[in-house]
Amino acid sequence: MTCDSWQGKLDAYVDGDASQADFASLGEHLRTCPSCAADALGRLQMKRMTQAAAARYSPSPQFRLRVEKSIQSRKPVWGFAWMPTLAAFAVALVLIVASAALWMRHSAREQALAELLDLHVATMASANPVDVISTDRHTVKPWFQGKLPFTFNLPELQNSPFQLVGGRLMYFKHSPGAQLLFALRNHRISVFILQDQPGMVPLVMGATVAREMAFNVETWSESGLRYIVIGDAGPADIHELSELLRVVGRS
Amino acid sequence: MPLFAKLYNFAHWLTQDRAAAEDLVQETYMKALRGFSSFRQGTNFRAWMYKILRNTFLTTQTGLKAWASVSLDSDSDGDAPIEPAVSETPESVLLARVQQETIQNALEKLPVKFREIVLLCDLEEMSYQEIGELLGIPLGTVMSRLSRARKAMRVLLTAKLQEGSR
Repeated sequence: MTCDSWQGKLDAYVDGDASQADFASLGEHLRTCPSCAADALGRLQMKRMTQAAAARYSPSPQFRLRVEKSIQSRKPVWGFAWMPTLAAFAVALVLIVASAALWMRHSAREQALAELLDLHVATMASANPVDVISTDRHTVKPWFQGKLPFTFNLPELQNSPFQLVGGRLMYFKHSPGAQLLFALRNHRISVFILQDQPGMVPLVMGATVAREMAFNVETWSESGLRYIVIGDAGPADIHELSELLRVVGRS
Repeated sequence: MPLFAKLYNFAHWLTQDRAAAEDLVQETYMKALRGFSSFRQGTNFRAWMYKILRNTFLTTQTGLKAWASVSLDSDSDGDAPIEPAVSETPESVLLARVQQETIQNALEKLPVKFREIVLLCDLEEMSYQEIGELLGIPLGTVMSRLSRARKAMRVLLTAKLQEGSR
């Protein structure tokens, strides 16, 4: 097959939507054709940059509250066939009602957490979860140079059960941050490192692992940076990784 | 409301206006609640919500206007493709000089038909099949429209860079 015939399939390859056969043969072609490989890389970079640039608008907490109130005042009539989903909605409604009194205090925190959980879930679902793929902290950390207005330290993981998978540039509240991906057996854990601007991530400080939508989350602030560790691994594992990062963050 | 922030971002890109985006998202949630019985369990809830939002947008004045401004035959493969002014420019060279704001400006200038498909694919990372179901178009049209949208992006970015270098 000539390069011209591959060109039409590069978008599907980069989007993770090529057929299994095309994926394998195009992958083989890219290993031997620098021109097509550069083209594919360019398209991937474009996709990543568009993804970062397009995550631009955030709803205001006031608007979120308004919609929550509207939902609350319009409880629909459901049939029995929808009981499981109804239960999920009922739980959501109960949560909304229960949190109404504490909303002013907690809404920003919940919104921040929801956004970060979305980011973690989206990363898990992505065909290309990281922009820099390496288990070596001396490769991953320098990759962020010039991309972030801050720097951070990564722990030596040789004698730990964790393995660095890579990292990617992310945006949160219009500010750039680092998302690092760690592996623990079959679990994937995201570590978000952001500038700790006032009111940016009003998360409770401390070493407690919280449970959010079945994920375990730990967050703390250190030297002007906000660390958020999110994953489906056990609370003890999340805390262990957090401790490793906390120690190296102080150094 | 785990989809709330993402739906809002998508709505803002479609409407290009904060107030209109808020109205659109609120209307989407109201319609979703009212029409929840039409949601088939086991199907894609995310795609269902985006479909409601998009259909609602298309019934608004802004949506109708934006949609009407796009050529009806712009998906046909027989059309002369929009090529970048400098067709040989590799994306990597282009991107090395492009700032995030430039990409945002290019996205704003894209016809809404192109903007939405780029957002669904690149930002929401939906599969071609999901996009096809959401937009109500066949898989081949998803691929050709996406390809044309990305070419249009490259044209806008290249033009912006050429403008800047003058």
